[in-house]
Amino acid sequence: MSNEAVLQAESAIATHHEAHGEHHDHHHQETFISKYVFSMDHKMIAKQFLITGMVWAVIGGLMSVLFRLQLGYPDTSFPWLEDLLGKFWAEKGHITAQGYYALVTTHGTVLVFFVLTAGLSGTFANFLIPLQVGARDMASPFMNMLSYWFFFAASIVMVSSIFVETGPFSGGWTAYPPLSALGDASPGSKTGMDLWLVAMALFVVSSLLGGLNYIATVLNMRTKGMSMTRLPLTIWALFFTAVLGVLSFPVLLSGFILLIFDRNFGTSFYLSDIFLTTTNTALPNEGGSAILFQHLFWFLGHPEVYIILLPAMGMVSEILSVNSRKPIFGYMAMIGSLFAIAILAFLVWAHHMFVTGLNPFLGSIFVLLTLLIAVPSAIKVFNWLTTLWRGNIRFTPAMMFAIGFVSLFISGGLTGIWLGNSALDIHLHDTYFVIAHFHIVMGVASMFGMFAGVYHWYPKMYGRYLNTSLGYIHFWITMIGAYLIFWPMHYEGLAGMPRRYYDYSIWESFKNFGELNRFISTVAMIVFAAQILFIANFFYSIWKGRKVTTLNPYGSNTLEWTTPINPGHGNWVGEIPEVHRWPYDYGKDGKEYTSQTTPVGADESHH
Amino acid sequence: MTTFLIIAVIVLFFVVVFQIAKVSEYVSVIKGEENARKQNNKINGFLMLAFMILGLIGVWYCNELLFKKTLLAYPAASNHGEKVDEMLWLTIWVTGSVFVATQILLFWFAFKYQESDKRKVFFFPHSNKLEALWTVVPAIVLAVLVIIGLKNWFSFTGEAPDNALQVEVVGKQFGWVFRYEGADKKFGKKYYKLINDVDNPLGLIWNDNAELNLKDDEKSHDDIVLTQTMYIVKDRPVKLIIGSRDVIHDVGLSHFRMKMDAVPGIPTTMWFTPKYTTTEMKKITNNPNFAYEISCDQMCGNGHYSMKGNIEVVTQAEFDKWMASKPAAYVSAHPEKNPKADSTKPASAAIATAVKSVVKN
Repeated sequence: MSNEAVLQAESAIATHHEAHGEHHDHHHQETFISKYVFSMDHKMIAKQFLITGMVWAVIGGLMSVLFRLQLGYPDTSFPWLEDLLGKFWAEKGHITAQGYYALVTTHGTVLVFFVLTAGLSGTFANFLIPLQVGARDMASPFMNMLSYWFFFAASIVMVSSIFVETGPFSGGWTAYPPLSALGDASPGSKTGMDLWLVAMALFVVSSLLGGLNYIATVLNMRTKGMSMTRLPLTIWALFFTAVLGVLSFPVLLSGFILLIFDRNFGTSFYLSDIFLTTTNTALPNEGGSAILFQHLFWFLGHPEVYIILLPAMGMVSEILSVNSRKPIFGYMAMIGSLFAIAILAFLVWAHHMFVTGLNPFLGSIFVLLTLLIAVPSAIKVFNWLTTLWRGNIRFTPAMMFAIGFVSLFISGGLTGIWLGNSALDIHLHDTYFVIAHFHIVMGVASMFGMFAGVYHWYPKMYGRYLNTSLGYIHFWITMIGAYLIFWPMHYEGLAGMPRRYYDYSIWESFKNFGELNRFISTVAMIVFAAQILFIANFFYSIWKGRKVTTLNPYGSNTLEWTTPINPGHGNWVGEIPEVHRWPYDYGKDGKEYTSQTTPVGADESHH
Repeated sequence: MTTFLIIAVIVLFFVVVFQIAKVSEYVSVIKGEENARKQNNKINGFLMLAFMILGLIGVWYCNELLFKKTLLAYPAASNHGEKVDEMLWLTIWVTGSVFVATQILLFWFAFKYQESDKRKVFFFPHSNKLEALWTVVPAIVLAVLVIIGLKNWFSFTGEAPDNALQVEVVGKQFGWVFRYEGADKKFGKKYYKLINDVDNPLGLIWNDNAELNLKDDEKSHDDIVLTQTMYIVKDRPVKLIIGSRDVIHDVGLSHFRMKMDAVPGIPTTMWFTPKYTTTEMKKITNNPNFAYEISCDQMCGNGHYSMKGNIEVVTQAEFDKWMASKPAAYVSAHPEKNPKADSTKPASAAIATAVKSVVKN
């Protein structure tokens, strides 16, 4: 296999061993445990987050395929489902209502928190912050390791909840009490909910440990010359993400603690005037407010969508600029809009609660602040478009996903203008319109950001490339599929079709979408299959991918490409390079790119 | 057997795609990475443009197929609903044109500025003028949308007119209970610990109760309690007082474009004026089975999807006739106290009491 020989050719520039040999600060003898399991190397922790996130993405995605099976084929029996999943989930070949709601709930929780929070910012904050600010590792590598292992523990508890007798929690990922507080109101609110709460509490701990570390690293560990305004936009985005998380996750935890008290210790924070039909009893609780939980939940819940979205925005900004061979347009405006989004993220939470009986005046303030977010979002979109304009675009798979991200962000962002306007939200609230909106703008778009990041930095992670052809196939199937799945859902929403319905056949108003639902389900399965292709590509390429042979394969300005091809713990051999300029000098003075480490020349033009 | 066959085919398909991709990578190495990259670039640049064109056609086609199934295909059934639809159309035009313009720019730029050896990149790091332009213009457009939106919001959430028909709507797992004021035009008091599903699903206070420290409320004696179907009157405002017995539900009235959560312990309200009777709406929608349905729009448990209620919109005359046929809940529960009927049916009352005590135990 001469081709194999070409692919596997040893790199001429730097090898793993050299990197280690010359780097004396750190341990020479790494055991399997210290290198791959309880590693304190930010790059390894990033990979741990990424691979755990991928496992979760497959589980969460598979769950969506299963409940789409129910929505698309409500009348068809699939006997193999019962063989595979058992009576609890699929009786007589049909997904049960209990199973359906458990799937929907776990899908939401897993994708929002475990994949798009831990898997996305956990991976890229860990991987990129030290490499791009010029640090040997995080401010506290030990805390960083704990952050991953708390996430791992959260994952184990969450997985175990799937196997308890009464099933996992099934009241929707937002876990509104009283439904989530009362085991008698729903079987999923029994042991499954206890485990859900424990898993989420562990998750919050993980997120806080990570977030504090990211903030400390960005503020304190930048290399010489790396002022805040010379940071790549990825770092700015990850920095704001961490700030959002640190300020809002504790509020979520407090909400959960009150819920734990209501569930187990007889308090009435969220409970009042309840008579349960299933047991025929009136509960003693009086005076609580079920709406209080929603305030506490959405005080995290809304920043959470930006926690998910900002890292994607940052990476997309970087990738668009590198592959257009052109500076990002409006660097300061990009930081400013990230900042504006981060501030506004805290001031819009009640737009999820327009129909809870919220005071109309309060509601109007939230309308104003919500629609204000469209301004920084518009700035970002137009700046991305201008970045492409008169560039010299290289369509790497990462670049394709970045462009896809912009397209999806526009599509999903614009429908936010509908939903943020409370008078329209009254009509569209909790319909498929909302499903379409947030899946496009937050779910798929952030997924695209994540894919872009993985394709772009994979060579830095593993010293090998992902297979490009598979990357293109993956992109086009996912891009086309995402629109085919979610675009028609807007129409279902405009027909008033409520979300979280197990079966629409008894509804005169909503039952005429059967054919469309079948179509959507079919596409969802194909798109899911394409993701398996990506995962195969990912793991295959770790060992068998084409090797990286140059230090800076994209001709990129940022610091991570000044490290050896396979950087050891500590990242740079010898001194950490000094930074002399911002990271976006692409195409300046006729030079294709100018690394941040290049001193500013005397004859250089100013911008 | 077919299942296995399908699985085998899928697996085989995967392997083939994977192998082709692998081979194409070898080929690209042989051809020279630079050449292969340029070729890929051309293909993907073209696909970007194709995606845009086919995508926009797809958007149009999707609209052709599905628009007639949405509620926008026929008029909204309430006064508020008409405002909502007006606002929807305005928002569709605004966001729709931005959507088309920006998507075209995005994919056109991607196609047009794909890598070429001839092009010299335009070093264009910022422009205050442009950035000011796309800060100010969206801000103005959004201000207009906010003003229209808030005007409607305050009118929807404002006080109901005085002549409004009042109906209490209470959600429970998994159905709706409705209460009308009865002859005295006033709702009587209720307390959730008095609820029983046999004859008092809302817990109306009908007797003194020392244990719970409650006084009999005469006003509750003529309240009419119903399930399944709620009747309201065409062109007469209706104010719904919404509550829940157990978990959070939501009164979703898509044809009237209204929605409000039902929260245990915290009453909420909603009002609107229906514009068409159910019969008229059957003609408008050309659907003999048309019904105004109340859908629960807040996840409330495993039966959430089946939590359906109906609304019949009728004329005032029909409404009065219907109302007259409905006995008060108190009277149904205590037939012996019915002033109209002869009190020779103690047996049924005894049964009701017996059932009650069984339920309570």
